[in-house]
Amino acid sequence: MRYISNTLAQQKEMLRTAGAASIEDLLSPIPSKARLSRPLNLPPALAETDLVGHMRDLASRNAHADDFVCFLGGGAYDHYIPSPINHLISRGEFFTAYTPYQPEASQGTLRTIYEYQTLICELTGMEVANASIYDGASSLAEAALMAHAATDGRTELVISRGVNPLYRQVVASYVEGPRLRLKEVPAGDGATDPRALKQAVSEKTAAVIVQYPNFFGCVEDIQAAADVAHAAKALCVVAADPVSLGLLTPPGALGADIVVGEGQGLGVPLAYGGPSLGLFATKTDLIRRMPGRLVGATVDQDGKRGFVLTLQTREQHIRREKATSNICTNVALCALMATIYLALLGKQGLRKVGELALAKAHYAAGALTKIPGVRLRFAAPFFKEFVLQLPKSPDRVVKRLVKEKILAGIPLKPFDRSLKDCLLVAVTEKRTRKEIDAFVQALSQAVA
Amino acid sequence: MGTYPEDLRYTKEHEWARVEGNRARVGITTYAQEQLGDVVFVELPKVGTKVSQMKPFGVVESVKAVSDLFAPISGEVVEVNAELVKKPELVNQDSYGKGWMLVIQVSSPQEVNALLTSKQYQEFLAKGGH
Amino acid sequence: MRGYDNMPGYDRLIFELSAPGRIGYSLPAPDVPVSDPKGLLPAKHLRTAPPELPEVSEVDVVRHYSRLSQMNYGVDTHFYPLGSCTMKYNPKINEDMARVPGFARLHPLTPDALAQGALQLMWELARDLAEISGLDAVSLQPAAGAQGELAGVLIIRAYHLARGDRRTKVLVPDSAHGTNPASTAIAGYRVVQLKADADGGVDLLDLERNLDEEVAALMVTVPNTLGLFEPRILEISELCHAKGVQVYMDGANLNAVLGIARPGDLGFDVCHFNLHKTFTTPHGGGGPGAGPVGVKAHLEPFLPAPVVTKGEDGYALDWKRPQSIGKLQAFWGNFAMLVRAYAYIRTMGPDGLRAVSDNAILNANYLMKRLEPHYDLPHPGPCMHECVFSGRRQKKLGVSAMDVAKRLLDLGFYAPSIYFPLVVEEALMIEPTETESKETLDAFCDAMIQIAREAESNPQVIHDAPRTTPVRRLDQTLAARQPNLRWTRR
Repeated sequence: MRYISNTLAQQKEMLRTAGAASIEDLLSPIPSKARLSRPLNLPPALAETDLVGHMRDLASRNAHADDFVCFLGGGAYDHYIPSPINHLISRGEFFTAYTPYQPEASQGTLRTIYEYQTLICELTGMEVANASIYDGASSLAEAALMAHAATDGRTELVISRGVNPLYRQVVASYVEGPRLRLKEVPAGDGATDPRALKQAVSEKTAAVIVQYPNFFGCVEDIQAAADVAHAAKALCVVAADPVSLGLLTPPGALGADIVVGEGQGLGVPLAYGGPSLGLFATKTDLIRRMPGRLVGATVDQDGKRGFVLTLQTREQHIRREKATSNICTNVALCALMATIYLALLGKQGLRKVGELALAKAHYAAGALTKIPGVRLRFAAPFFKEFVLQLPKSPDRVVKRLVKEKILAGIPLKPFDRSLKDCLLVAVTEKRTRKEIDAFVQALSQAVA
Repeated sequence: MGTYPEDLRYTKEHEWARVEGNRARVGITTYAQEQLGDVVFVELPKVGTKVSQMKPFGVVESVKAVSDLFAPISGEVVEVNAELVKKPELVNQDSYGKGWMLVIQVSSPQEVNALLTSKQYQEFLAKGGH
Repeated sequence: MRGYDNMPGYDRLIFELSAPGRIGYSLPAPDVPVSDPKGLLPAKHLRTAPPELPEVSEVDVVRHYSRLSQMNYGVDTHFYPLGSCTMKYNPKINEDMARVPGFARLHPLTPDALAQGALQLMWELARDLAEISGLDAVSLQPAAGAQGELAGVLIIRAYHLARGDRRTKVLVPDSAHGTNPASTAIAGYRVVQLKADADGGVDLLDLERNLDEEVAALMVTVPNTLGLFEPRILEISELCHAKGVQVYMDGANLNAVLGIARPGDLGFDVCHFNLHKTFTTPHGGGGPGAGPVGVKAHLEPFLPAPVVTKGEDGYALDWKRPQSIGKLQAFWGNFAMLVRAYAYIRTMGPDGLRAVSDNAILNANYLMKRLEPHYDLPHPGPCMHECVFSGRRQKKLGVSAMDVAKRLLDLGFYAPSIYFPLVVEEALMIEPTETESKETLDAFCDAMIQIAREAESNPQVIHDAPRTTPVRRLDQTLAARQPNLRWTRR
């Protein structure tokens, strides 16, 4: 057994030292009634080569983005992942370390988190960012709970239907306990209805929640949402796509009080949806209500710069039931991927990614809407995703295009019955003109 | 070795109160700040807040611990020590002086009788302090 | 073992390596017409200035992060005996498997028919975790142990509400991990703290005093945070069930009982798993983890949605779950971690997993016996997979558990957990795991014994520790009083 170093002889010696004749002696405190009286009923152990064969067989039955051209979005994207990222995060000192409880022996992790916090502040235009939450959806849920606490217990959350439906479900689950009420505002034209938003907000509102770009790919008027929120002394919470923030005005400059988002596009593999990277950033005056770990700079006893986990009294290991959240681990390794991604792309590169995605998405939308019967469902300006209205069932179209090895997009019927004839299409900087043209060709045949 | 001025009154939660006419100035004792370690943050209520005897009015934080602050006496908060925002270390350095936290307009002066004298507080500490 | 040799004192942040015009990326020229973004998006939504990200070359990046990694201790380089964290070896084959494109490059919203391999893996993993825990159904969705706990408590809440029963309290021993009361609070319950008995377990009298029909659940860690099995667990779960109280097991210490005892057989209704502990998915410097939650049949309807099902047409995500507590993550779980855990379980098989726990227990008892003459042991053995010492004796000499931890860093070991559980004074909580050799354990014990002797003869060398790490003891007070949480250009 290659993961257990001790030989039989060593085990015997250790038993002697431990004062036991056998392992069974050491298990004596366990009442026999509590013991499992048979081996676990699991498949027998596989040698490495057999394991690899079995896993590859499983993997071969998945239509992944190296084999199929991926136009799927909806919160996860096939973005460029620069090659050094995997090499660096695979260094054992990074990925086999744990929470930096002993900072003197964890300066590597602590410094990368400090860099990450800085980068997220820059992208979002906010003053302070934490070390990450699990994903964009749970980040948003934590923001909702934080807004409730920060507004002295206001119980309503006004949330746009432009926010990813899966995110709205997660928020709903998290606010069950404190019994907060979610009031949804329609986004009938692809962006949040401003009049309906105003009507929904009251002195009971803890936060107004919008997504940027939203689930339909459309760019929301964040400033307007923030103004409505602030007029009612509520917070403005924005779920933002960090990849877009190389090009788009950061929510912090548009009045956001809390910015969350999904960082998967910043160098984290698709991996069937997890692990992901939940961004969380806010203003300095809200810092004590913030969930999650924070790394701060300080000095050691010789005056040298060093980094530590700080403001820990917010967290569960000290505050227990009065903590700002129950969160313990962050997603450190994914945050490291994003840090390295943003370092490699840098000031110019992230902007270029945004420009390319914008150009390709609009080229694709232009070509697709030339197909008879195919229209853009919404008139609102969009970034890298858009909603197509199709003359034939989107499910059928998707099935047809699979035969051409194209993952055409996400049929929206399961999310919203009023969009049952619609398909959500994402075009990232990775989609070549050839791929897009082939997509257009295949789609036009599928709807003919 | 802590000091426990005779002109103050004390609570079993380690707050002190100095009666100043119909007001009381409030803080935490040298024992409390010793137990906490370096104070990094004090969360205090706004002026105008009503407080009740032995109910929590705020929180004091060190690097590794958090403690509730309990009002020694009921009344309305009329002054809050703004210096503690920038200099929470005053609680450690000068617990009974510059480290004061609140001034309360006392609503029920007889409540003072429920508090401990310096001698009683020291006896309480000698027995363990909880 | 000496201190980490050649641990260089590199002191740079990536921003400090920046030079205008340097690039570290490779993007193709546009092959489609590019128009001015101002023509496609309103001007107010376009940045007037790019974000202040660094401008560095690929070489700069690789060198910088490689140097930073050298300032970390990790399991790959050091014995890392954090209590209840199960810092065991992370098999490299798991890493290879997680990177197979069929897993790593699969989009979560791929239609079920085109993700059969992924769904089968999830279905089988859920089945295997159910068998390991003696429970009936498992959701792989929660992203971490804490989220698994939240799921568990929300499931219990939904169960009671479905029966028309609005209970208000959850009982949590004071020896429990902080996530237990914190998760309970988010679920809207009032936390009632139970006194742990001298062995860190549930004090039966205190339990009976507090058990009533307002109590929704009791949360227990087995073995407990002192590394001891709860000997009256069957009695405890019976007492709870008699009052309609659900029993929740925090599965953080599952590494002690694989193939030996199962939560379901002990009367537990719910249990969460920490895949990054027992099941070797890497700790990553603080995550990502994965926290699947398992339940008995009566709680199955309340599991997070969707649930992976197996039918005649293959595997599918079942969204028709009217009683589900909803979702805790946008997608289906930390799939890349699930791949690793699955590969591990298939590698070990039933006998291998039993050997894991046997050796984890043996290693902890060996360590405990070697250290017993030198450090106070609140509970004399045998222990299970971890043991807790008290640094009380050393504290009397002015050497705290914190000091011991710092000195260990100089001697080449990551320190065990300190000051947890709260019920032990100057606690040192040591979990060696089964993947450590006798030689490593002996070296660690030698170091701990050396420190105990230094506490008597030369405590200053302990107070001065660490000396060989890139930085020495850090000013935590300054970090908290004057938070500096991001780099700014001066």
